[in-house]
Amino acid sequence: MGLTATQKILAKKAGRKEVKPGELITCDVDLVMGNDITSPVAIKLLNENDRVFDKDKIALVLDHFSPCKDIKSAEQCKIVRDFAKKQEIKHFYDVGRMGIEHALLPERGLVHPGDLIIGADSHTCTYGALGCFSTGIGSTDMAAAMLNGKVWLKVPSAIKVTLKNSLPEYVTGKDVILTLIGMLGVDGATYKSLEFAGEISALSLEERLTVANMAVECGAKNAFFPLDDEAKMYLVVRGACTKQYLEENAIFPDEDAEYDQEIVLDLSKIRPTVAFPHLPSNIRKLGVDDIGKINIDQVVIGSCTNGRFSDLCEAATIFQGKKVAKGVRCIIIPATPEVYRFAMDQGIIEIFMRAGCAVSTPTCGPCLGGYMGILASGEKCVATTNRNFVGRMGAKDSEIYLASPYVAAASAVMGYICSPEEIL
Amino acid sequence: MKLKFKGKVFKYEDNVNTDVIIPARYLNDSSEENLKLHCMEDIDKDFGSSVKNGDVVVAGFNFGCGSSREHAPLALKASGVKMVIAKSFARIFFRNAINTGLYIVENAEMADEISNGDTLSFDKGILKDLTTGREYKLPEMDPFISSIIEKGGLMEAIRK
Repeated sequence: MGLTATQKILAKKAGRKEVKPGELITCDVDLVMGNDITSPVAIKLLNENDRVFDKDKIALVLDHFSPCKDIKSAEQCKIVRDFAKKQEIKHFYDVGRMGIEHALLPERGLVHPGDLIIGADSHTCTYGALGCFSTGIGSTDMAAAMLNGKVWLKVPSAIKVTLKNSLPEYVTGKDVILTLIGMLGVDGATYKSLEFAGEISALSLEERLTVANMAVECGAKNAFFPLDDEAKMYLVVRGACTKQYLEENAIFPDEDAEYDQEIVLDLSKIRPTVAFPHLPSNIRKLGVDDIGKINIDQVVIGSCTNGRFSDLCEAATIFQGKKVAKGVRCIIIPATPEVYRFAMDQGIIEIFMRAGCAVSTPTCGPCLGGYMGILASGEKCVATTNRNFVGRMGAKDSEIYLASPYVAAASAVMGYICSPEEIL
Repeated sequence: MKLKFKGKVFKYEDNVNTDVIIPARYLNDSSEENLKLHCMEDIDKDFGSSVKNGDVVVAGFNFGCGSSREHAPLALKASGVKMVIAKSFARIFFRNAINTGLYIVENAEMADEISNGDTLSFDKGILKDLTTGREYKLPEMDPFISSIIEKGGLMEAIRK
């Protein structure tokens, strides 16, 4: 029996020829990541005299409540900052160089094809868009891996998602993953890999990062995209690896790999999609489903899901020469300092500010209800983020509608949830 | 299995996510006192005041979905919860519970039959529902996983 791409990577990292779904194995890790919420819990599990297994294979990113929102979060960041200094952690990112972890790590060239990456953050599955295995783990896993460079994993079976054709105008990777979560449900891929195949180049690399990012929202352990020319060029340009490394390490599934389920997604049929409260699987297709007129109070464009340069470009297409509707607050958060700088150089920040948007320094802030855009009781928000659970962005009776940057920006301009086609 | 307890059942629906087990707005403080104070408050405001040491949480599918925050099993443990029984668990919560030594049982029959407010007792691998009189033998755990739980968690296991 052939292996899926995920199984191939796990076998290699476990020092085995092959692995079987359901087996518990111990693997070597190439990178361990943590943030300002999960790292302090991990650091406290280590002893004073413990040394990390490899100071170059740990990434610590202060992005969730940072720049610090209060004294308690400042204390948490200080724990991580002191640890990074003491252990001489190479990839430590603090305010100014810090970006949202899952946008930052690929951008800084820390993700390589064939890698096994674990991160104490559920959206660590993002990096699978670059041909590696990456998955979210907890703080204890992080502590153990920082100490011995290993992680225990259950070998997953897989769902194969074959992409066909190309997306209509104003329909994006975000609409693709919301559609898929709608099909699978929030636990439809639990313990499994989502392995993408077919016309993957129909999605831009940044769209593939968005798709892989939300794989966890249908329960998946990881997402995997094989590398195409755009992904290869990205890896080389970002200094992640050489062309020769790509040739030697790019992973593809065996032709006779076994899958639990196969889904074919016709991209040309996908519509702008919105996930209604309070589950990412609770989707509506704009222009198809009757959603009535849902007035909104706030729009958030950013996050590890949709805070990359192409996301801001999409929003800017909508905001160009337009204004945020009266009574709506629109908050835009470039995911990394580089995304912010590119957006500034290209005049995109100016478009946002002239439209009446607030533009923030990189932070996860509002996505998890931390700060920088908390909702009051009864308020409604369209967000390009990844979760719309009860109380996720503030008051427990506030509502979050998940959508693409196009839909979020169009809704900000109109003051109610709408398709970009309505204003373009 | 060393575990032994007696307590009441708090029962919830499907998709109990980590944002309701412990909302992110409280994650600027990972102390047990703080986690215990806010555990489950967005879906059950009485949980914090009524939960006692030895109690059990029973739920439907996909318990613990969402964020990777280990604060979720830690908040339940700090509240005195000794076991979580659900029809299924989200995978990160599943491993976090194992790694922090919280007993979890994936079993649809038990999750269906045990009701909110029932009194349960557990000893020598047998769970008794004292309210209904039903008895359950816990499903066998993978030896690798039970060795982590028995040692009190992953750190204890790798240091030994």
